[in-house]
Amino acid sequence: MIPADVFSYSWQSLKGYRARTLLMLLAMCISVASVLLLTALGEGARRYVNNEFASLGTNLVIVIPGRSETAGVGLNTMMGVTPRDLTLDDARALRRHHAVTRIAPLNIGAVEASWQNRKREVTVMGSTHELLDLRHWKLAAGQFLPQADWDRSSPVCVIGKKIRDELFGAQAALGQWLRLGENRYRVIGIMASEGRSIGVDVQEIVIIPVSSAQSLLNTPSLFRILIETKSRESMQKVIDFALDTIKQRHYGEEDVTVITQDAVLQTFDNILAALTYGVGGIAAISLAVAGILIMNVMLVAVSQRTTEIGLLKALGASRRKILLLILSEALLLSLLGAMLGFILGLAGSWGIRLALPELEAYPPLWAMLASLLVAIMTGLLFSLMPAARAAKLDAVSALQGGH
Amino acid sequence: MIKLEQIHRDFQVGDQTVHALDDINLEITQGEYLSVMGPSGSGKSTLLNLIGMLDHATSGIYTLNGQNVTQMDEHQEAETRNRHIGFVFQAFHLIPRLTAAENIELPLVLAGMSPAERYQRVEQALKAMNLIERAHHKPDQLSGGQRQRVAIARATITEPAVLLADEPTGNLDQKSGQDVIDTLETLNKKGITLIVVTHDHHLGDRSHRSLKMVDGRIVSDRSHVQAET
Repeated sequence: MIPADVFSYSWQSLKGYRARTLLMLLAMCISVASVLLLTALGEGARRYVNNEFASLGTNLVIVIPGRSETAGVGLNTMMGVTPRDLTLDDARALRRHHAVTRIAPLNIGAVEASWQNRKREVTVMGSTHELLDLRHWKLAAGQFLPQADWDRSSPVCVIGKKIRDELFGAQAALGQWLRLGENRYRVIGIMASEGRSIGVDVQEIVIIPVSSAQSLLNTPSLFRILIETKSRESMQKVIDFALDTIKQRHYGEEDVTVITQDAVLQTFDNILAALTYGVGGIAAISLAVAGILIMNVMLVAVSQRTTEIGLLKALGASRRKILLLILSEALLLSLLGAMLGFILGLAGSWGIRLALPELEAYPPLWAMLASLLVAIMTGLLFSLMPAARAAKLDAVSALQGGH
Repeated sequence: MIKLEQIHRDFQVGDQTVHALDDINLEITQGEYLSVMGPSGSGKSTLLNLIGMLDHATSGIYTLNGQNVTQMDEHQEAETRNRHIGFVFQAFHLIPRLTAAENIELPLVLAGMSPAERYQRVEQALKAMNLIERAHHKPDQLSGGQRQRVAIARATITEPAVLLADEPTGNLDQKSGQDVIDTLETLNKKGITLIVVTHDHHLGDRSHRSLKMVDGRIVSDRSHVQAET
């Protein structure tokens, strides 16, 4: 038989048994679509977290006061010793390492901000002008904190877009004096609406020079020190250097924690990748179920069409041709089902992207290929048995509609 | 062209062996018109199926066109069946989802013939069977006689040497039955070897040679002059 005829024969017989064909297509379609959807969700979550961390900055080393280890009950806990403050001098000391390209001490607190008669609670972040580039932030208007000595406090601030909208409304904010607590700060810049950033929403912060923040919040201690290193390779050196330096400065006490965003990112990445594979696998089970359904329906189809198979034999179809016909019917069914599943799955992930624009829910290529492959394989595998049964049918009794 | 030598066909029913064909020796020459008659279970259908290679002898030698059929493998058998043998069944056995033309075309499709060539042959067959207007009808839109004519067209589309008909008029009324018989006899006059299994004495009498079977044996084999010519 020529391939076009095999195809049209299979197509005709699929069309001839519409109800069962539609049911099988539905089963195949739903399972392929669920593989695509679930992996798209997993992959979207992975990308989301990746982007979050990328927006933190690249090659970032973060120094956090306090030691995060389970030391148990030791001398320190008994004596109630708290970790030493992380200070601007500590940050200054860390800057000395040659692999450090940018460094930003960070101070955070909440104060009341007001302009004319409008008031609201805001998060104040004290830092230096390097923070902007280090965090890959963008300005919508004006300029960022001036490049000046860290100790010099100056009454300037950069505000987030939402703060600007809520306090200044339609009026120009640049150049205005914003009151923070007891002090007044001139607005010199407005942050672009940066969508995502773990921890703080850039739209809702006010950034002022770090020493101004120290006096405003009345604390010399820093919340974080962010360090950007020259390259990924030099991160470890900087970590060691940071731990050493702080230990020396803090009288031999290693009372800070140094993390890299890479380490955190890697962990998240691993977890989410595993999650994606997991849900993909679970969805693949539904493909196998669809396969079993195909087997069942093909078995019914073969016994329904016993006389037809007997006839084909009488007309000169060899066992191999019968096998070929049944298998190509199953193959066609799986392919069509997979195609519909692709349409449904892609439409579904498009829907997810519409509903959750933050989540780049695109089904990964491997999931598409794998689901197509699994669909074809299950289609073929599970119809092998019915096809073999059909090929083995005895022509004489088959023609009598027998068994 | 057909030669059966000491053919036995045994079936196992429970712990009993049934001899469906018991030492059959038969020779049929090209162009013969043969009827096989006998009571139910006499083995006439088994004989027909065996000649059509749908069934296999337990022992004995079957030669078709000088070829020993008993030694063929499954693939060769299917090919030989496709090319040299046509079947017409009592139940027509048309595929309901295919049109008349598509049903007729089926043996050529199985043989792997190109669509252009097929089209010509099918057109001719439709013309010969007077079915042109019914070409694109599905079997359920055809009358019984038309269905059987479609089946005959299908059986002869590969231009086989032998046409095997198992009760071809069994499901038809008198007139349609006569119609079908006429069609078969016309084909026979053009040279095809026609073997008809039937209960119908009228049909049996029309054939040039009739076999009578009882209990798997041929009990009479007589040639007679056709009544009408």
